[in-house]
Amino acid sequence: MKQPRPKNLNLFTIHFPLPAIVSILHRISGAILFILIPFILLGLQFSLTDTGYETLGNWVDNVCVKFIIWLFLIPFIFHLVAGIRHLLSDIHIGDTLKMGRSMAVLTFIISALLVILAGVWLW
Amino acid sequence: MVKSVLSVSHQGLRDWVIQRLSAIIMAVYSIGLIGYILCHKGLSFAEWHSLFSQQWMKVATILFILSLMLHAWIGIWTIFTDYVKPFVLRSILNFFVLLMLIACFFWGVLILWSV
Repeated sequence: MKQPRPKNLNLFTIHFPLPAIVSILHRISGAILFILIPFILLGLQFSLTDTGYETLGNWVDNVCVKFIIWLFLIPFIFHLVAGIRHLLSDIHIGDTLKMGRSMAVLTFIISALLVILAGVWLW
Repeated sequence: MVKSVLSVSHQGLRDWVIQRLSAIIMAVYSIGLIGYILCHKGLSFAEWHSLFSQQWMKVATILFILSLMLHAWIGIWTIFTDYVKPFVLRSILNFFVLLMLIACFFWGVLILWSV
């Protein structure tokens, strides 16, 4: 005997809850930042020598380099904002289901705004 | 017993606390440094160099790098534990990550040393 029940197997109409997406992106951005560690150190080393600072300055004038820097600022900004959200949940700010969803939305909005501002500042 | 491979045993609460403390240190440092850069439009080499030649800035930066290494280690360890199931492969990956992080820590210290 078959019982009719609602089925929804269309993957395009169902998705993870937003807080879960924030969580996985937090993890992915963290992994990207881990890979960037040596490059950041290299940049710091360069920037602290006289000629290196000038070379870096000339590089940053290049539009492609600017774009790459901006691209790498995205995981940094997102990880920072999502991390702050995480710390706030730890002290029970916004850890209810309803607030959790709003905080997830807020994480995306604030990150996006900061990414845009970073782009504006770079150019 | 098996978990204490590479003599880095992972105690949940300790990792949890380290992850948060290091996060706070890094957040404060990053926001501070970004604020400094934003306040100094057209930052010259002399200004940048003198900032990093101050004792307190060196200490703060080393604290930041130390936090970064601990934070990254716990984060990557968690990711590997979640996704890399074969024990030997995971141990090898963990070993190289640890090696890289320790190397990066000393590299960072040497960079500041030379300023």
